[in-house]
Amino acid sequence: MTAQAEQGAPGGHMLIAIAGNPNSGKTTAFNRYTGARQHVGNYPGVTVEKKSGTAHLDGRDIILMDLPGMYSMSAYSPEETAARQALADERPGAIIDVVNAGVLERNLYLTVQFLEMGLPVVICLNMMDEARAQGMTVNVQLLEELTGAKAVPAVARSGEGLEETLRAAVELAETSGGRIPPLEISYGPDLDTALTEMEPVIREAGLFADTYPPRWVAMKFLECDQDMLHSAQAAAPEVAARLRAMADRTSAHLRNTVGADAEAVAADYRYGWIRSILRQGVRVEDEQKNRIDLSDKIDMVLTHRIAGPLFLLAVLYGMYFLTIEVGAYPLALVESAFDLLQSAVDDLMPDGPLKSLVVSGIIAGVGGVLGFVPLIVIMFMLIAILEDSGYMARAAYMMDRIFRIFGLHGASIMPFIIAGGIAGGCAVPGVMATRTLRSPRERLATMLTLPFMTCGAKIPVFLLFINVFYEGNKTLAMFLFTLAGWGVAMLAALFMRSTIIRGEASPFVMELPPYRWPTAAGVLIHTWERAWQYVKKAGTVILAISILIWAGMTYPGLSEAEEAAYEAQKSALEERLDALPPDAAAKDDAAAKDTGYPDMFSRNPGAKAAGKSDKSPVPESTAPGDAAPSADRAAPAKDDAAAKGGGAAKDADYRDLFSHDPAAGKGGKGPAPESTAPADGSGETEETARERIQQQLADLENAKAAEALRDSYAGRLGTALEGLTAPAGFDWRVNIALIGGIAAKEVVISTLGTAYSLGEVDDENTSGLAQYIRADKSWTKSKVMAFLLFTLLYSPCFVTLTVIRQEAGGWRWFFFSLFFNLALAYGVAVAANQFLGGLI
Amino acid sequence: MGEIISLRDLKKGQKAVIAGVDVGGEMGRRIRDMGLTPGVEVICVGRAPLQDPVALRFMGFTLTLRNHEAGFVRVRAA
Repeated sequence: MTAQAEQGAPGGHMLIAIAGNPNSGKTTAFNRYTGARQHVGNYPGVTVEKKSGTAHLDGRDIILMDLPGMYSMSAYSPEETAARQALADERPGAIIDVVNAGVLERNLYLTVQFLEMGLPVVICLNMMDEARAQGMTVNVQLLEELTGAKAVPAVARSGEGLEETLRAAVELAETSGGRIPPLEISYGPDLDTALTEMEPVIREAGLFADTYPPRWVAMKFLECDQDMLHSAQAAAPEVAARLRAMADRTSAHLRNTVGADAEAVAADYRYGWIRSILRQGVRVEDEQKNRIDLSDKIDMVLTHRIAGPLFLLAVLYGMYFLTIEVGAYPLALVESAFDLLQSAVDDLMPDGPLKSLVVSGIIAGVGGVLGFVPLIVIMFMLIAILEDSGYMARAAYMMDRIFRIFGLHGASIMPFIIAGGIAGGCAVPGVMATRTLRSPRERLATMLTLPFMTCGAKIPVFLLFINVFYEGNKTLAMFLFTLAGWGVAMLAALFMRSTIIRGEASPFVMELPPYRWPTAAGVLIHTWERAWQYVKKAGTVILAISILIWAGMTYPGLSEAEEAAYEAQKSALEERLDALPPDAAAKDDAAAKDTGYPDMFSRNPGAKAAGKSDKSPVPESTAPGDAAPSADRAAPAKDDAAAKGGGAAKDADYRDLFSHDPAAGKGGKGPAPESTAPADGSGETEETARERIQQQLADLENAKAAEALRDSYAGRLGTALEGLTAPAGFDWRVNIALIGGIAAKEVVISTLGTAYSLGEVDDENTSGLAQYIRADKSWTKSKVMAFLLFTLLYSPCFVTLTVIRQEAGGWRWFFFSLFFNLALAYGVAVAANQFLGGLI
Repeated sequence: MGEIISLRDLKKGQKAVIAGVDVGGEMGRRIRDMGLTPGVEVICVGRAPLQDPVALRFMGFTLTLRNHEAGFVRVRAA
């Protein structure tokens, strides 16, 4: 191996790049070569994914660099710029250019550009099986002769020919040292003359001497390639100016004579050259066979004027159904695992701030987010299938006309759907899915408006209030909120695209690849990459923010005097309880055991179930065994009303909504008792007396927790904000719930529960909270509407904001998204509270 | 030989040969990079449900582009 061939390859391993058009099978080949030995990162400064991996060949490790899929080596899209930069900086020993043998003409366009750059290329003639089936034969030897590049027929799906391709690439890297004499094709008399004049100037100045061939650099000047012009300007301003003048002269001449710019002429000649070599016998076609026949037939239905959109709706609904319904099973498992962990820690640790931090802050906070992982895995898997099968491109094709009205792009549809466009998604993977959008302005507008969708974490809030206030019309109400999300997102996109992200619509020029069966490996690798990014974020950002929120709601806590007052009342009650004859004594310390720290995040705090059952006047709940209901919680029994108390309850709520079944999702927890009702003594049995005292104890705990919350930093903030939020009808309770919701929307309901002195209310088991809200006359319909619209529209949760910052490339988008959405939601909520009153 | 029309006016199933692409910049480049260069024979295979974008078949693959983009491409209808 020569020294040059090792340039840029870490640890002395050889570096080979894999390049190719989108849909050429490049990713399949890369996955075949590297298996799970992949590393995903980003190209510096852009959000283009940078994948690399290790392949084994003849007992040695080869580093493979997966370049982004691209049609050309111009520097228009971020992908192309990143690829060019990577080739210049990392200097792979050779490039494996994966080419779809069935679409040779267009695929060779990229190959020719590599060869013109003097890069050693091995052509991997992929999908040879399909090409043969279509009656096409490729004369490999002639192709090699005419292009000067080695070519290997292959079928990436089965692995056929891949090893040979890699071996050829390694050999080429060793013999060429990373550079070969560049291919020179004719660009017609005008350009050829200019190139011949400019070449010596570049050569003498040594401009990009060790990176690009002079003729290629000259061509870039003629094409007005901004990227190259800037680099040249920085490296040698005088030479650059001279070359520019020469290029301008030729361009002016071209415009006057043929009426086109150099770039257009160059493209025409490049394609002309490719066509000429194909005609010389490189490709022989059997004209009798109609190609891409099957795909056409499928498209007659799937993109049909009427059947197409209906099928699209069915696909979207199916995705939603699979994610929510099937996802409920692993979701229940993950949640019960966290419940178990929570109760184990609860049992093991002594009461105090540390335990509260671990149980209510860390485990509940991170668990609440990781609970979504199964849903996200399924969602990503379905999206990968849609992408790899070729259907995603059809969806974009069909929807483009509508999205364009709002300054978006056909390909915006998937991110919106993932973010909750049909209720129940998540904005985090939604923002990440905008990567498939190649136009930066449309991508940004999509990213900033998809948090308005009804994501899975907002749904419990809607469900609770819809159940209380729109009992008769739950499905319709839910549907209208989903529509409202879409409406606001579209209008906001239109607003942004005509103000801050103003600019021409990016060209919509998109290939419709033939339908193909996705490969299992491809789908799994795709899914894994995306899900892992989500998990990493949950593990870091959410952990930190959970602790912060917990602290805000816990400290400074009650003063010693207040604490003592509560303790005194509590002992008084306990004495009276002790005075009663002992029977079901096992449970009365359950309430006492409560730490009094608000349990902000808990979806279902297993150990605290005991404290909860205290509130219920139902006799069977006095059995001590009830304190550990985790066993039945693990069972995701669909219509088991008892599962209400468990992890499956969340899906019970969804099902409830869509099944019109009033029985499902109810039950479990008893209604809040009228604890103040019976007077002392007279005629009261010991049993009811015990219950009454226990109830008072529990109420006392709750009152204490509520007061502590109101007194906490978060509570003070909520109270301080009342002046601002009064027009929308929000009091301090709503304020802190909504502030908590910025961390994660899951928190809104649990915080509201705490604030309503219910101790703990998790977002599934909300009937108690519903009672309080029903009883609280301040919740008028217009206030409810204001609150729900605010919840729908206000700031994206913290993880989403973080991902937006990362994907949009700047803190300004983080803050824009935070404040724009807050302001919008505030405006809408105030309007709803002030003017909707008489209407609903 | 047929008359010169705009690519956007091509009917479903109609064949044509590209005569020229009258746009520069990013859009021109994207259109040319995909192979829509003079002399290429294309056939209009259909339109999206709302009549826009348009789907073309040429050189063995299917390309979709908006009517607006197609408006920059001159073709000689067959």
